[in-house]
Amino acid sequence: METLELTQEEQFQARIDEDIRIEPKDWMPEAYRKTLIRQISQHAHSELVGMLPEGNWITRAPSLKRKSILLAKVQDEAGHGLYLYSAAETLGASRDQMLADLHSGKAKYSSIFNYPTLSWADMGTIGWLVDGAAILNQVPLCRTSYGPYARAMVRVCKEESFHQRQGFEIMQTLCEGAPEQKAMAQEALNRWWWPTLMMFGPKDADSPNTEQSMKWRIKRFTNDELRQKFVDMMVPQAEFLGLTVPDDKLQWNEAKQGYDFGDVDWAEFWDVVKGNGPCSRERLQARTDAWEQGAWVREAALAHAAKRKQRAEAA
Amino acid sequence: MYASTQSIALPDVAPEVRQHLFEYVLQLADTSLILAHRLSEWCGHGPILEQDLAMANISLDLLGEARSYYQYAAELEGRGRTEDDLAYLRSAVEYRNPLLVEQPNGDFAQTIVRQFLYDCFHYHLLLQLQASPDRHLAGIAEKSVKEAAYHIKWSAEWIIRLGDGTDESRRRVEAAIASLWRYSGELTTPTPTEQALQAAGFLPDYAAIQQQADTQVARVFEEATLTVPQGVFMQKGGKTGRHSEHLGYLLTELQYMQRAYPGMKW
Amino acid sequence: MTLFKNLDCMSQKEWPLWEVFIRSKQGLDHKHVGSLHAADAEMAVQNARDVYTRRLEGVSIWVVESKHVHASNPDDAAAFYEPANDKVYRHPTFYTVPDSIKHM
Repeated sequence: METLELTQEEQFQARIDEDIRIEPKDWMPEAYRKTLIRQISQHAHSELVGMLPEGNWITRAPSLKRKSILLAKVQDEAGHGLYLYSAAETLGASRDQMLADLHSGKAKYSSIFNYPTLSWADMGTIGWLVDGAAILNQVPLCRTSYGPYARAMVRVCKEESFHQRQGFEIMQTLCEGAPEQKAMAQEALNRWWWPTLMMFGPKDADSPNTEQSMKWRIKRFTNDELRQKFVDMMVPQAEFLGLTVPDDKLQWNEAKQGYDFGDVDWAEFWDVVKGNGPCSRERLQARTDAWEQGAWVREAALAHAAKRKQRAEAA
Repeated sequence: MYASTQSIALPDVAPEVRQHLFEYVLQLADTSLILAHRLSEWCGHGPILEQDLAMANISLDLLGEARSYYQYAAELEGRGRTEDDLAYLRSAVEYRNPLLVEQPNGDFAQTIVRQFLYDCFHYHLLLQLQASPDRHLAGIAEKSVKEAAYHIKWSAEWIIRLGDGTDESRRRVEAAIASLWRYSGELTTPTPTEQALQAAGFLPDYAAIQQQADTQVARVFEEATLTVPQGVFMQKGGKTGRHSEHLGYLLTELQYMQRAYPGMKW
Repeated sequence: MTLFKNLDCMSQKEWPLWEVFIRSKQGLDHKHVGSLHAADAEMAVQNARDVYTRRLEGVSIWVVESKHVHASNPDDAAAFYEPANDKVYRHPTFYTVPDSIKHM
């Protein structure tokens, strides 16, 4: 039995190495399945919880155009959460169970959403900076080894492309506007820069799952590689906007053709991961409330569907 | 959206009719905006993801409709005000939406009943407005009626599910009807402005619209095993600027940025 | 063998899972685009409209409850698909036609 199992695992790895996608009914190591469920559901939870900080400004958006764009964007995030939950469901996880894990605090989601949105400039910063970071993480996932996840990510990335642009446009409008608008933009960047760098996860040396995930091609770049890419991409954009990146160690390194930059406050990172972010409680509470207060609605729809079915069968 | 009707000349009418048209278009705009705003408050808090998406879609439709009306109203007024000036810089007593749409979301049943009562009116109004001699208004109605047809399908099905679902959903939807029914009469009670426009042939007769809406409500309530309330005293006032206390808070939020940072571009 | 393994373990309170197929324009086939939850078929169609056609992706929607989709078993792949490998004579390129013959 054991040798047969080994062969299966080897065959599986060979398919991965050849870049042949794994599909729901294919044989897969249990650890691969579990890792994927964990990663995809975390990703879905991040979309779901990620609706809250931006949703916080839909009712206060400063123009009708911005209100429409922001609502459409937050709605997209609901859609992305849904695509991702669907992908995880093909692996035998139920959405209700994944949500229960979110609500109980067992499942994680991106720490960035545990920070508060305090000004309108936060909508620009989230779109430009946070979505920019998310896209770097997500584009490689369009080629991830698990078919349904990769397909969900293709859809997500296609839809995300307007998110970053609308964020940048908000920032540009602020930076070209009145002095208080520019100050609002700078203040938002000051608050979001470091938490955004944390989005790529712990340093490679402290990221125990990276190696296996790379081998399975669930992940295609390491945390540090992506973080470096992000800084190199964003610094010129901040310069274009006339904003200052809040890092006094930031410096172009000619030899590596990239920026050197300061170290993230890892103590803060782990605090937030452990649920002690400034809005961690509020975010989880909001999601739990929505779910619990919606229970009677979901039950009513099921009860009605059952009645209809019964009547149709009786007729 | 609005661009398609922009090339159409403004209606060639007496100044007082034009003033009435301006006020009426503003009333339509305020109504769509306030309801869109209320629905958008659900975003991220709906009972299930799929319905979060549905409510955001309806909200976006209404926002688009509101913008078309505001842009047209600004044009009718001809004083250089923009859609945002009209939406963000008028006080509660200047707002012209009916009381129904400013009522708070409450639970999902309240939101559904508010939506369904409004959809029944909105859809039948738009059907008629398509034939208005005001080509701008007709153009906006033509686009919006397709959206409204979907809204009413959505809200009617939910009325049926909640009415004929569980004991709890029935209790909640009945409570929502009991609290919101009194705002339904205002929709088809014409204000002096609406009467003037009806007389000038720009607006349809509301009696016919009310009858169509009533028929639809009765049919859906029957399927939902719900009772249509009778002899309820009807509140009105929103369309003439006498609102419930809820609107002030809604506008405080809606207008916060424009009030705190006057005259800036966003 | 149903499509996914989780369908039996879904709780009684969870709305059933549906597979969504969309025709992107007239003349094309419906294509699988993903899945969603809905209490009944009508809601599934509406949800599909709200979830999967926000950017003009479709002109027609099919939904089918996931539990009704039966799928082939990957273990049968060799038996199912490889026998077609050597039937080269099914393809027009297998045959040589003289250059002077047109319209064939």
